[in-house]
Amino acid sequence: MLRYVSRRILEMFLALLGTSMLVFVMIHMIPGDPALLLTGLEAGPEVVEQMRRELGLDQPLYKQYWRFLVGALHGDFGTSIRMGVPVLEEILERLPYTLAIAVGGTILATLFGVTTGVIAAVYHNRFWDGLVMVIALLAASTPSYWLGLMLMLLFSLWLGWLPSIGIRTPMHYVLPIVTLAGQSAGIISRMTRSAMLDVLGQDYVRAARARGERERVVVVRHALKNALIPVLSIVGLRFGNLLAGTVLVESVFAIPGVGRLLVDAVLWRDYPMIQGTMLFVAAVFVVVNTATDLLYGVVDPRIRVGNPIG
Amino acid sequence: MKSEALRRFRRNKVAVASALVIIAFIVAAAFAPLLAPYGPLEQDLANNYAGPSLEHPLGTDDLGRDTLSRLFYGSRVSLGIAFTSVVIGVFVGAVLGLIAAYFGGIVDSVIMRVMDVMLALPGILLGIAIVVVLGNGVINTVIAVAIFSVPTFARLVRGSALAVLQLDYVMASRSIGASGLRIVLGHVVPNSLTPLIVQSTLQLGVAILIASGLSFLGLGVQPPNPEWGAMLSKGRELVRSTPVAAFAPGMAITILVLSFSLVGDGLRDALDPKLKHR
Repeated sequence: MLRYVSRRILEMFLALLGTSMLVFVMIHMIPGDPALLLTGLEAGPEVVEQMRRELGLDQPLYKQYWRFLVGALHGDFGTSIRMGVPVLEEILERLPYTLAIAVGGTILATLFGVTTGVIAAVYHNRFWDGLVMVIALLAASTPSYWLGLMLMLLFSLWLGWLPSIGIRTPMHYVLPIVTLAGQSAGIISRMTRSAMLDVLGQDYVRAARARGERERVVVVRHALKNALIPVLSIVGLRFGNLLAGTVLVESVFAIPGVGRLLVDAVLWRDYPMIQGTMLFVAAVFVVVNTATDLLYGVVDPRIRVGNPIG
Repeated sequence: MKSEALRRFRRNKVAVASALVIIAFIVAAAFAPLLAPYGPLEQDLANNYAGPSLEHPLGTDDLGRDTLSRLFYGSRVSLGIAFTSVVIGVFVGAVLGLIAAYFGGIVDSVIMRVMDVMLALPGILLGIAIVVVLGNGVINTVIAVAIFSVPTFARLVRGSALAVLQLDYVMASRSIGASGLRIVLGHVVPNSLTPLIVQSTLQLGVAILIASGLSFLGLGVQPPNPEWGAMLSKGRELVRSTPVAAFAPGMAITILVLSFSLVGDGLRDALDPKLKHR
């Protein structure tokens, strides 16, 4: 177990290092001179040179990367060009909105996906199975930003039940969370169904039925408990995807979260902010994936001894 | 063998229907100038914000441009981006995967670790990262979606190549002195084709979602180009006045993405019947 945990954690740090390099290289591949951008075109060459020194752009690339990495590890992601505030401060201020939507979306998608997936598996090849699979596939194919617009049209503009844009009251969270959950609910539903079908065909389920246990007990205690293991890993992956998906949903509902911050930073060419938000979201994604893997190892002992289930 | 697969595919009614939907979209794209009642940029300011009518079956936008016509022309852009980027992604990914599998060792490690880092980022984030470097526009959107697709195919091809390289007849052909290129092109590539075809079809749907997502954010294809994501971005402003302008492009995306995944599933069942009905 210890070997498994330490290997996964080592892999996580390698992935984080790789991501930081990717983001760093990306920002440095952008054509144009940040020093010139900051000082403006009227500035004399010595002013630009001064700015370049201040930003450390006269240093060799590996030294610049080292400075960036050390800064990031100390929570220093630089200062936003557009807003003049520290990047991390701005991210942390907007994070609660994004986190609330992403966590809410993950919970909703899991509840909905697992329930419908189990129903589909229990009624395999019958009407309910077909209906659930059609809806799940439809949900998985619908772009979230369009689903958001349509929900807004129906529930806020036509029915007037829910507020449309902004994020002032708890009711404002309903539509963004449902929008964000849609695609993942479809994916989790399909995963749960196939995991349940696998398990329901196992001998121990037949044995449980042969012992005369009630169908509800067979499905919930014997089948679902085991089927949840592969589903769990998908849920972990989906959380990272939903976190990134807030980029789109926050744009639809005009929510001032981290996703909107990233898009605005790109549109305004605010490079420190792009770098900071990207690194932040990617780091959360990597850490959550590792946590899921570790949890997976705790739940299923076969994994930590290095025997992949077929 | 191939006709056997085709016969199995034809028995799958849902997959066939989806294939027909995709063909209909391709026809709409190819013959857009003949089918569309108006030009994609043709403005009729006297008839703006119009709802559905006989002249404008899907209404008009704020500049009086016909939504249906823009959808027709937009299918050229969306399908064009999807097909081009997936073809590039398959090619580059397959070459990288084959190199990694054939040479192994340090080459394999370097290539696959880079792919891992790319796969470690959620799709839309990687797309945004690439667009940040390249800038927006149609060509750059194609490149961004292509780069996004590369790791998936590199992993897939490497996996099946590694499996094939260990088969007895490949060993045999190597022992009688077949060159590396001959083994790769003669044995590895044909044996990797089935999963590659299935994954490419599924990836076409993903490509459409990513490309239109980028355009919706204003980072991909730019207006007035009638790309569906860009149209939806406009539709967001029109959702109060002309709901159909926000409805139509998203419906087109959903139907097309759904069709690609149903055809992909159908192809998998037809080409590899062992996987079905486990």
